[in-house]
Amino acid sequence: MLERAPSQQQDASTSRPVAFRGAGFTPGGGRVSGWIALVLVIALWQLAGSAGWVNPLFLPPPSAIAVAIYKLAMSGALWQHVSASVVRIGSGWLIGSVLGVITGFAIGLSTLARGVGITFISALFPIPKIALLPLLILWLGIGEEPKIATIALGVFFSTAISVYSGVDAVPRNLIRMAQSFNVPFPAIVARVVWPGALPSILAGFRITASVALLLVVSAEMIGAQFGIGAFVLQAGNLMQTDQLLAGVVILSLFGLAVGKAINVLEARLLHWR
Amino acid sequence: MDLIADHISHRFGALDVLDKVSFTVAAGEVVAIVGPSGCGKSTLLSILGGLLRPSEGRAELRGAPPADSLNPLTFVFQDFALLPWCTVEANVEFPLVHTALSAAQRRAVVDDALRRTGLADFRSAYPKQLSGGMRQRVGIARALAVRPAILLMDEPLSALDSQTRELLMEDFIRLLADGTMGAVYVTHNLEEAVRLADRVVVLSRRPGRVREVVTIPMTRDERGGIDARGQLLTLQNQLWSLIRDEAIDAEREVQHA
Repeated sequence: MLERAPSQQQDASTSRPVAFRGAGFTPGGGRVSGWIALVLVIALWQLAGSAGWVNPLFLPPPSAIAVAIYKLAMSGALWQHVSASVVRIGSGWLIGSVLGVITGFAIGLSTLARGVGITFISALFPIPKIALLPLLILWLGIGEEPKIATIALGVFFSTAISVYSGVDAVPRNLIRMAQSFNVPFPAIVARVVWPGALPSILAGFRITASVALLLVVSAEMIGAQFGIGAFVLQAGNLMQTDQLLAGVVILSLFGLAVGKAINVLEARLLHWR
Repeated sequence: MDLIADHISHRFGALDVLDKVSFTVAAGEVVAIVGPSGCGKSTLLSILGGLLRPSEGRAELRGAPPADSLNPLTFVFQDFALLPWCTVEANVEFPLVHTALSAAQRRAVVDDALRRTGLADFRSAYPKQLSGGMRQRVGIARALAVRPAILLMDEPLSALDSQTRELLMEDFIRLLADGTMGAVYVTHNLEEAVRLADRVVVLSRRPGRVREVVTIPMTRDERGGIDARGQLLTLQNQLWSLIRDEAIDAEREVQHA
């Protein structure tokens, strides 16, 4: 707010402090406040369930979800579903990431690959990959392959885009510097382009981990006996909302674990930032 | 080993940047290139160093480089061009890794370059931990590590504060003192040009042509004395009078662009 001009004549000898105007626009981390808010929401949710304010069929309380997870763990079903999903996510993410990184580097470094690659990526990236699952089932059968291929496709495009964006963002002066010392092309790629593009590549991995989680659940809902997606769908069909939400919580925990793993990777590989 | 600019012309699309620029940098000689903004000084340096292909003319080397030189034409960059993910030591070692030197030889070369630039105590630091002056010292150490015949310096001090500039200028004078290493020194700063160079090539406004070549009639040692200051100032004024009108035009052109 603009300071108003003083309404009365001020004495020339009177001093007054300069008003501080630099507050705000610098949000901090606030980790503690985040945990407190989470605990409060869970407590309120539990209270609403225990007091009968909401029908537990529509929204089971956190305690019921915890019990459901415990029972699933004890029965061994939890590991069966989780391991099936993890294998699909792991395989699909790995295949998609490796191909995406190779393609991204090719697009970032080769004029021909850029011309061809960007055209195809622009045309195919917007397609919801889960829409291709029926076609992939036709091509690859009804086993694990179409689910893994769906995840790999979803991961591939995002990875390729983040990698070639990362390669493009490597400061050209560093590449010119390396060239000025006659450093060979493969060494420039390995020692300048790769580390320079790594922040963008890791940011891409963070996104593709979420994409893989999204696609595994969708794929398992369409055609799987085991897996978190299949479990959630089955629980929903049977109106077992505590189990349904147990599946959702497990997915959330899985996403958090992947996020933490990427944080660790970033801390190790990007410590120079 | 001499470096020769032979009728170098260059254009970016329809924009003529350089027009038949010719001069020779003799072995051990320091040649400064000055001129109004946008006259093609940095473009010329890139062409001389083989980082840009000229539209016409060519850059030539005459004579054999020193036997132990690993990279006869070596750049020192305005923005330092350090690898931010490498320590000082790794940055200096970077141009040596692909050479035939053994690890022990590389280590010795790096140690020598760090000692000559006063960086021995900072070998494990990352570029972000260093001041601008120290970063440029790393750039200089990296250049020295390959034992260049000619340093190609593109406004190496322009990103630094005046005190750091002065300190690094003293370092340059010391490094070039024995005459084993020549340099092409691109600068806007006429004081730097007259303090460091044996000859100053004055380029005209774009497209850059060699307008005049001014010889500095003193050794670098003599320029350090108080008596020389008046003469250096006169030379500086002479250079400024050659550039001033075109510098004003160039500035207006930039502002209207």
